[in-house]
Amino acid sequence: MAKFKRKIVQVLTAIITNGYLPGFIKGDIYRGNLKRFCVPGLNCYSCPGALGSCPIGSLQAVIGSAKYQISFYVLGTIAFIGTLLGRFVCGWLCPFGLIQELLHKIPSKKVRISSKNPAKYSKYLILLVFVIILPMFVVNVLGMGDPFFCKYICPAGTLEAGIPLVIMNPSLRQAIGFIFSWKVFLLILTIIASVFIARPFCRFICPLGAIYGLFNPISLYKLEVSSEKCIKCNKCTKTCPISIETYKTPNSPECVRCGKCIGACPTQAICSSFGFKEKEERPKEIEIN
Amino acid sequence: MKKGLRWILLIASIGSILIGVYREEVLTVLVKAINICLECVGIG
Ligand code: SF4
Ligand code: SF4
Ligand code: SF4
Repeated sequence: MAKFKRKIVQVLTAIITNGYLPGFIKGDIYRGNLKRFCVPGLNCYSCPGALGSCPIGSLQAVIGSAKYQISFYVLGTIAFIGTLLGRFVCGWLCPFGLIQELLHKIPSKKVRISSKNPAKYSKYLILLVFVIILPMFVVNVLGMGDPFFCKYICPAGTLEAGIPLVIMNPSLRQAIGFIFSWKVFLLILTIIASVFIARPFCRFICPLGAIYGLFNPISLYKLEVSSEKCIKCNKCTKTCPISIETYKTPNSPECVRCGKCIGACPTQAICSSFGFKEKEERPKEIEIN
Repeated sequence: MKKGLRWILLIASIGSILIGVYREEVLTVLVKAINICLECVGIG
């Protein structure tokens, strides 16, 4: 039931944030005022249906502009959402997370990668280099930098914006070249990897997931494990698509808050909560013989 | 401890959004988002 509820929220969020139907019909994008606001997940603002802005695209746009070096607006928005929800956004509100999950449902041999694998740090490097440093320092004569992550890496942009617009818009179709082919190649790689590995883009590449992950240990949405109920059977780890040892690190930066561990725990030791308060653990009773 | 940190982060992030609005960063976001981003598409 909980699994079903999450899927409904994921699908509804994807539909609502990409609900500009004329865009899909005309091969154009929404050009209204709602695009002043960032959506919580990685949702390309050049997707024909997009009604809001992508936080990572917006961050690069402001950093790369001639007028600003850093964006208080976008970083503030990401920090606000992160403090409230952390990576709950990834598990529930991001269309590109949903796409990877659906691909992973395709029957095949699955490859489990430990949540301790150091490859998880690559997304922080990508955040630093492609989203911040390169747009900030590699600038043209006007002082403007490219959105390097969008331009050379982001498969969400290729899937949500590149492919639909190139199919529907003849003038864009004429302009495609090597970068488009490179980005399609990365998209195909992401799609194939998602079939075998759970959320490979989220775990190793996504700069937005990297930032939200830093908020997981302190966000208002959190997981709590009762040390009284937990029997350390490790069922949570085996169920977790990211192989997180939930009973040891319930608020790991890698956790996308899918809730699978909650349902898998045989003693109902794991629960989620939202709020400022930490659940108070009763001190263990001391046995006196 | 964590409760205090959460309040600080919430207030600081709202403050940061307001500074960004005051600096008119929102306009830069809007202009980028209402024009087809050639880099996202893979052309730019
Ligand atoms: S290309 Fe990717 S990062 Fe850039 S705006 Fe689109 S979805 Fe966001
Ligand atoms: S890690 Fe990035 S792509 Fe994955 S769900 Fe989170 S925001 Fe979306
Ligand atoms: S720890 Fe639990 S909620 Fe987090 S990703 Fe793993 S199964 Fe999902």
